[in-house]
Amino acid sequence: MKFIDIVKTAIANSFRSKLRTGLTVIAIFIGAFTLTITSGIGTGVTSYIDTQVSAIGAADVLTVSKAADSTSSTTDGPAAYDPSKATTVSLGNGSRPGTTIQALTAKDLTKIAKTTGILNVDPSVRVTPDYIEYDGKGKFEIIVNATATLTTADLAAGAQLDNSSTTDQILLPTTYLKNLGFASAKAAIGQTVSIGITDYAGVQQEVKATVIGVQNETILGVGAGLNQPLTDRLHTIEVTGAPAGATDSYATATANFDIKSTPAEITAIKDDLAKQGFASQTVADTIGSFQTVINVIIGVLNAFAVIALIAAGFGIINTLLMSVQERTREIGLMKAMGMNGGRVYTLFSTEAVFIGFLGSALGALAAVGVGSLVSNILADGVFSALPGLQVVQFAPSSIAIIIGVVMLIAFLAGTLPARAAARQNPIDALRYE
Amino acid sequence: MSVPVLSAQNIGKSYGSGANRFDALKGVSVDIRAGESVAIVGKSGSGKSTLMHLLALLDDPDSGTLLVEGTDAKKLKGKEVNRLRNQDFGFVFQQFFLTANATVLDNVVLPLKIAGVPPRERKARGMAALEQLELADKARNTAINLSGGQKQRAVIARALVNNPKVIFADEPTGNLDTATGAVVEDILFALNKDKGITLIIVTHDIELAARCDRQIFIRDGLEDTTESGTPNKRHPGAHAGAHA
Repeated sequence: MKFIDIVKTAIANSFRSKLRTGLTVIAIFIGAFTLTITSGIGTGVTSYIDTQVSAIGAADVLTVSKAADSTSSTTDGPAAYDPSKATTVSLGNGSRPGTTIQALTAKDLTKIAKTTGILNVDPSVRVTPDYIEYDGKGKFEIIVNATATLTTADLAAGAQLDNSSTTDQILLPTTYLKNLGFASAKAAIGQTVSIGITDYAGVQQEVKATVIGVQNETILGVGAGLNQPLTDRLHTIEVTGAPAGATDSYATATANFDIKSTPAEITAIKDDLAKQGFASQTVADTIGSFQTVINVIIGVLNAFAVIALIAAGFGIINTLLMSVQERTREIGLMKAMGMNGGRVYTLFSTEAVFIGFLGSALGALAAVGVGSLVSNILADGVFSALPGLQVVQFAPSSIAIIIGVVMLIAFLAGTLPARAAARQNPIDALRYE
Repeated sequence: MSVPVLSAQNIGKSYGSGANRFDALKGVSVDIRAGESVAIVGKSGSGKSTLMHLLALLDDPDSGTLLVEGTDAKKLKGKEVNRLRNQDFGFVFQQFFLTANATVLDNVVLPLKIAGVPPRERKARGMAALEQLELADKARNTAINLSGGQKQRAVIARALVNNPKVIFADEPTGNLDTATGAVVEDILFALNKDKGITLIIVTHDIELAARCDRQIFIRDGLEDTTESGTPNKRHPGAHAGAHA
């Protein structure tokens, strides 16, 4: 029997008992549907995170802070006073209200800078401007995104922030445009905005900045991005009139290392810093831990889908065993007519694979349809604040893999009945009862 | 004299083991020559069907040897046995064994499909076989919608489609009324006479057996030599109703 005839016959046979095949197909459908949806969510969320932090601009940056104080604990009572220890600072924006960590002092910065592998270190300064205004069209509150220079923004228009530039640059989120009075993202590029900031003595000053780009809102920090010269200028104003030493402590510092460092070298630097009492993280670490959580959730969902598919596999076994039973005579006849056992095996395996294909293809198709629909509704509704987030996205390759895996499961499930069929003796099948 | 198409030498076959052991065939020797028609006659349970199954290579004998055109069947490879079953043998069964929901044509071309004949040729040869049995107009009908006589004719068409050397017919008229049975008998004997196809008919019907060149009587797994042989010369009118 030619292979094409085997395939045609197998397909025809699977449609012979429509109800039974249909029910098995539904079982596979459910598994494949779930698997496709979860993998779609995985793809969607991962690709969203990737665009948010695309090409993780600053791969050569470590965020360094003082490691949590190990001497204080709830059972030992308060630790002895150490005059050399710096005061604590509030982490401010983004941390739990009221939480503080040990501040980094100028001495700490020198220590960090001397660590092997670290090229240079800068204290992270956090500036808190009062307002932003464009062309006298009203003053609006401004939130500064502290991590803007660490990541590459998902741009709606314009260019990325340039820290080596001498001009003062600002990157506006799309949500600021309307209030400030810009007609479109494009119209804002190159325009000058005024930023108001109050110095230590309580006097408000104004600084001009050029809009270099407009970015889509990101999940890693909302607000406007400022380049280093602008941050420095604002910081200078902020500390004008401050008593000496008052500004000498920082929550975090950013340290640069050689961009060509291998992961092992980066780990060595981090270990070295840890020994000196500093906690350090690369941007990739921060994002990585976020992605790990998502991957675990998706992994659990996938596991459930696979369980559903295994159950469906038993459905296939059952369907085909009944089919073999029902077609005993027919198998016997085919063998009597010179069909060898191998071909009979192939015939039934093909039927199993076809049922698997039918269920998984329909399941994947339905998942793509439903997923895209739900994703679009969510994108316009619940997630409208996160432009660019398509919760469910489908990669053709992963759909192909899912269909392939289901067909493989179906094949494995089909081996048992197919073997039973192949071993049938034509005599037993044809003998009268 | 030429080598027999099939030659069984003292073959035996038993089923089960221990207390349940049942000797279906206890040593039977038969020579089947090309072009003859042979009836294997016996009561139900006599072992006649077992003998046919052994001759048709559907089963292996436990003792004795079976020669296919002089070659020991045991020495034939699985592939060769399948080729013999597919191309040299044709089977006609009492219960028809037609696939109920498939068309008559699909049923008839099954041996060709197994042989790997391309679809176009399959159809042409299937239609030719149906034509021969005057069933061409039923080719597109599903097998289940045929009458008993039409079903048996379809089965004969299927047995014929590969131009076999031997047709094994197991109670070919057992499920048919007398008139239809007579038509089917005539078709089979006409094939034997006109095309020289060797005919091996298993039956308990003495009248049908009498139409054959030779009868082999089987009783309790042994050949009953008191009745076997060729005493019943074919009477001249035997083929008068062929293709009626």
